[in-house]
Amino acid sequence: MKNLMNWIEYRLPVVEKMKIHMTQYPAPKNFNFWYFFGSLAIVVLVNQILTGIWLTMNYEPSAEGAFRSIEYIMRDVEYGWLLRYMHSTGASAFFVVVYLHMLRGMMYGSYQKPRELLWIFGMLIYLVLMAEAFMGYMLPWGQMSFWGAQVIISIFGVIPVIGDDLTLWIRGDYVISGATLNRFFALHVIALPLVLVILVFLHIMALHEVGSNNPDGIDTKRDNDGTVPEEAVSKFEFHDNFTKGGKKVIIDSIPFHPYYTVKDLVGLAGFLFLFAYVIFFMPEGGGYFLEPPNFEAANPMKTPEHIAPVWYFTPFYAILRAVPNPLFGAVAMFLAILALALLPWIDRGKVRSVRYRCGLHKLNLVNFCVSFVALGILGVLPATPLYTILSQLFSFTYFGFFILLWFYSKNEKTKPLPERLT
Amino acid sequence: MSNAPVDHGRRRFLTIATSVVGGVGAIGAAVPFIASWSPSERARQAGAAVSADVSKMEEGQLIRVEWRGKPVWIVKRTQEMVDSLPNHENRLRDPESREPQQPHYAQNRHRSVRPEFFVAVGICTHFGCSPTYMPNEFASQAEGVRSGFFCPCHGSRFDIAGRVFQNVPAPTNLEVPPYMFTDEFTILVGEDEETA
Repeated sequence: MKNLMNWIEYRLPVVEKMKIHMTQYPAPKNFNFWYFFGSLAIVVLVNQILTGIWLTMNYEPSAEGAFRSIEYIMRDVEYGWLLRYMHSTGASAFFVVVYLHMLRGMMYGSYQKPRELLWIFGMLIYLVLMAEAFMGYMLPWGQMSFWGAQVIISIFGVIPVIGDDLTLWIRGDYVISGATLNRFFALHVIALPLVLVILVFLHIMALHEVGSNNPDGIDTKRDNDGTVPEEAVSKFEFHDNFTKGGKKVIIDSIPFHPYYTVKDLVGLAGFLFLFAYVIFFMPEGGGYFLEPPNFEAANPMKTPEHIAPVWYFTPFYAILRAVPNPLFGAVAMFLAILALALLPWIDRGKVRSVRYRCGLHKLNLVNFCVSFVALGILGVLPATPLYTILSQLFSFTYFGFFILLWFYSKNEKTKPLPERLT
Repeated sequence: MSNAPVDHGRRRFLTIATSVVGGVGAIGAAVPFIASWSPSERARQAGAAVSADVSKMEEGQLIRVEWRGKPVWIVKRTQEMVDSLPNHENRLRDPESREPQQPHYAQNRHRSVRPEFFVAVGICTHFGCSPTYMPNEFASQAEGVRSGFFCPCHGSRFDIAGRVFQNVPAPTNLEVPPYMFTDEFTILVGEDEETA
């Protein structure tokens, strides 16, 4: 047995990699519940891939058969209803954990140097996730699938000169049709999941290169120059990759496995309680996870009275609608996402964690959360004159977060940082 | 094995030349993948423009042609119908056709290229029912207006230029598709001078 292990290890260093990434990977010891959401996102990704594969076994990707095959899955396929509800609820759960994961990064400054690339990979994952969710929502070929796609694809139509040809190319027909459905199916089940998995791999590799940030936002890998007090140094054995042959000392850290794998299991248990509750008792998510018009087959002749995207798109949809000119609206929506991606450069502060930053920053972060949630609510409501003004107001405060941050972060009055993790 | 010194200039040239040729090849290989997303021949056929002969139409007659799965009306309006258009404009939601429901050449009072021929998609802008053409008896729906279109589903009313009345469920005027006259009495629906 030992010989076999050695034989494999020589050709593919599995044990060595396990040490680097799991058992001898140093993680700061003060992770709180905000650190559940990264591992939960992986769990949800696995759930989506697994249930997705099973759904394709009975799904029929055609304009004639799609809606019928979903009904077939829901009514006749053994446990088809469960697999589908796990998949549809999983989509919303994915966005819940990703939004909380992103908020954690914003609170503790996890995007700041040297984690800019890690943040960029995260934003790319978010973008691909939005495309994946949009295309997946189209597959049941219900009314909201059809008309939601109509609205989203027409956003590309506002681009000057090439807009009309571009939308024709995306649809593959003069109207949204089976051609559109089939290509979105192909992208949804193979192309984008492949990209997503690769990006998640890169996200984790980039994380393990620079190491996790922590709620105090201070470095836990210090130069071994004798200034680090003896009692701060972690007693665990960490891989040489991180200690650089004694050139670095690692303070206040614990190995990822078993300490954080076990802790994440607690988070997983809590998550599964909520996840299972939604699947079994409110699988439509109150009409927000699966919207009522989608229980009616797509009908190009009949526009639903009120078209609203699924909840996780609504903050950006509200920004799109807030601007009267469609082209500038699309640009504003794009900028709203780009601004998040550029956060490492917009925030010029040196202190990472909100715990030690100025009061204005705390208020500004609250402003961001309030604006984002308010836009999300306004995005599902019909565009009445009052709601449009509110959307404009909160779009203003949303962008205001970034503009303010850029100004005050340069010469911010921060609190003194602790020497060790608290 | 040759021990001749490395010729860096030559190596750089070969590297660049190989990259350029390979890059051109990659672009060439991308063509079928990108072009494959364009509408297929079948979709293009189904979406092709439809021509209609209007030479034998009587005054006030409505004919239907199918274009991209939608009913398209062609109405030969009488002079009286055309003359009546300004009379009820204060009761219309969008009398000047500001909403982009028509090509720019149909953004006029009669919403058409030639005043006597009205071309429109015969689908109510509310919920997609097909309104009823009322050449003479429309006054029962809109007082004092002799001809127009009435949607039986939810009671939306449009005048003889497809302009929507106020206080009905339909939000906008009827859609005018792109079209052009290929000769005096032939209308090509789905194509105009700009898209041809």
